[in-house]
Amino acid sequence: MVEPLLPQPEPLVVLIADDNASDRLLLSTIVRRQGHTVLSVSNGAEAVALFEAERPQLVLMDALMPVMDGFEAARRIKRMAGEALVPIIFLTSLSESEALVRCLEAGGDDFVAKPYNQVILAAKINAMDRLRRLQDTVLQQRDLIARHNDYLLNEQRVAKAVFDQVAHSGCLSAPNIRYLQSPYALFNGDLLLAAYTPAGNMHVLLGDFTGHGLPAAVGAMPLAEVFYGMTAKGYGVSETLREMNAKLKRILPVDMFCCATLLCVNFNQRQVEVWSGGLPEGYLLHADTDERTPLVSRHLPLGVLDAKRFDDATDVYPLAVGDRVFLISDGVLETSNSDDEMFGSQRLHAVFAANRGSQSLIDEVQRALNVFRGEARDDVSMIEIGFIDPQLLGSRAVTYSDSGALSPLDWSASFEFRASTLKRFNPLPYLLQLLLEVHGLRRQSGKLYSVLSELYSNALEHGVLGLDSALKRDAAGFARYYQERGERLSHLESGFIRVHLQVVSADQGGQSGRLTIRVEDSGDGFDVQRVLALPPVVNELSGRGLRLVRELSEQSRWSEDGRTACVEFFWGALA
Amino acid sequence: MSDIHLDYSVLNTLQEVMEGEYPTLLEIFLKDSEQRVSQLRQALNSASVDLQAPDLQELSLMAHSFKGSSGNMGALRLAELCEQLEERSRREERLGLDELISKIDTEYGTVRSLFDAERELYRPRP
Repeated sequence: MVEPLLPQPEPLVVLIADDNASDRLLLSTIVRRQGHTVLSVSNGAEAVALFEAERPQLVLMDALMPVMDGFEAARRIKRMAGEALVPIIFLTSLSESEALVRCLEAGGDDFVAKPYNQVILAAKINAMDRLRRLQDTVLQQRDLIARHNDYLLNEQRVAKAVFDQVAHSGCLSAPNIRYLQSPYALFNGDLLLAAYTPAGNMHVLLGDFTGHGLPAAVGAMPLAEVFYGMTAKGYGVSETLREMNAKLKRILPVDMFCCATLLCVNFNQRQVEVWSGGLPEGYLLHADTDERTPLVSRHLPLGVLDAKRFDDATDVYPLAVGDRVFLISDGVLETSNSDDEMFGSQRLHAVFAANRGSQSLIDEVQRALNVFRGEARDDVSMIEIGFIDPQLLGSRAVTYSDSGALSPLDWSASFEFRASTLKRFNPLPYLLQLLLEVHGLRRQSGKLYSVLSELYSNALEHGVLGLDSALKRDAAGFARYYQERGERLSHLESGFIRVHLQVVSADQGGQSGRLTIRVEDSGDGFDVQRVLALPPVVNELSGRGLRLVRELSEQSRWSEDGRTACVEFFWGALA
Repeated sequence: MSDIHLDYSVLNTLQEVMEGEYPTLLEIFLKDSEQRVSQLRQALNSASVDLQAPDLQELSLMAHSFKGSSGNMGALRLAELCEQLEERSRREERLGLDELISKIDTEYGTVRSLFDAERELYRPRP
């Protein structure tokens, strides 16, 4: 037994087309000896027909044949093979360079000269087979990748649908908000949330998670739940931040976090409270002037520091009607052109300057970016929040998520919050939750919260801490006031605030009734008569508190020394 | 022009590859070649009988094919003659083609007797 010429990885089906009987026999024998199966034909037309019927893996094609020559047959076979590689080796006794050109142009992969050298022939068949198998692997992997890609896209679709449900309760469509966000911002890690508080203020969050795709999106959902849940219950910016940070710290892997800016626009007190960690600076654009106050990132992003080290300190700025807060994600400044220059903050400032008071600032910035880059970019987020007359906001509804089964109708509760509690605990959300268990009071939750907040903050700041609200007459004084507040609070050793709540319903079914709230502080009190007698001043930054309380509640009175305030609300027939 | 009518080293390789099929290969070649030689003759003559110009490109292709198979079988001089015929027909050089075909005919005759001797050597003995 004669050994095969070279070791074969796997036998092939080889089609041989040659119009010469003896050549055909010789070649078939050589190829069979190499372990392959041979099909042979004598012209191009037969070659094409047999290829279609049997789909051999490799073709040895004589160049010049009657009926249909090898070149035409090769073209047709290549067309039939499609994406798969069927190597065609031409057999020719044409002169060298002429042969090469014609063979390659017809789609041939190689050629072998007559007379046949079986060693060369075997080597070429093996080489072509390697290529054939390579192509086959490439096609299989391409199909696998395409399938996985489809799965990923589908997963993202599902994730986005779930997220949209979570994010439904926001007020991004409020008349004073304009924003730009790509529909798939979620998978860039960009998050934009806005919601009303029970007092009718507005919380806004711009977030940017590390990473892309599903890993970036998956942190957004728990964060959004915390944001909406706490905002609806009346928690302030600092408390909401602490919870968001703790949650992300707990659930995200070590190298993932969320750069964020969280702010509260307070329509009653005409101020904005800002916390920013890791995002490029935002801007407070003052109406009608060139001035803008940068809202600088002073903190680390959310999810980095543990609870003990997390800093929830905020900055507070006064607002006038027409002022706007403008926030951007880092995609804006980092947009680069073909020379690898970045758009940068100077160009952004130039857009501000050219569009002072413009109604379409976001469009202008976007246009400037597109011109700079040379093409559109769909992964930047921008938001502009205008400070307007709150009457123009329309309904500032807060969504309740409970089933509302039982309503307590006849009860009272007293609380005393002492120094160490006053330092670190805000009782207002709990008190409000308690009151909202009374169904009849729910429609007035905004007023309740505003009044409770006002009474509590007066009791704390003016009563226990002894701060003078006159400090808040200008922007600089504002900053000093809050700094002073922070310092005095941290050094507080004694003092208290007592809150007493009483609910009595007028009928069996709770259709009508009365709520009494009494707030007492341990401070020095104030001259109630004098303050209530002051003429109302427009655009004043402070001193509006007492008037607000009187406006919002049915009845209100203060003790002689000013240390106790008592207000009443009615619901149902009595209201 | 090669003096070698039959290159025996080529034949040795053919024997190695074909093994028991070697005589069959020789037979097929001889049968095939008989036909080819008469086709060549016809291509040139029948045309002149019908007073038509012979199709020299067709003739060139036939010569090309014959060149290939004779080369594979080691008939070197025959292959070279066919190459000449191929070239000159392709260039439409009508003159002297009759003579060239006669030479091919003669050379084929020589080659055939050499192959017959080969077949004799390899005929299965009882």
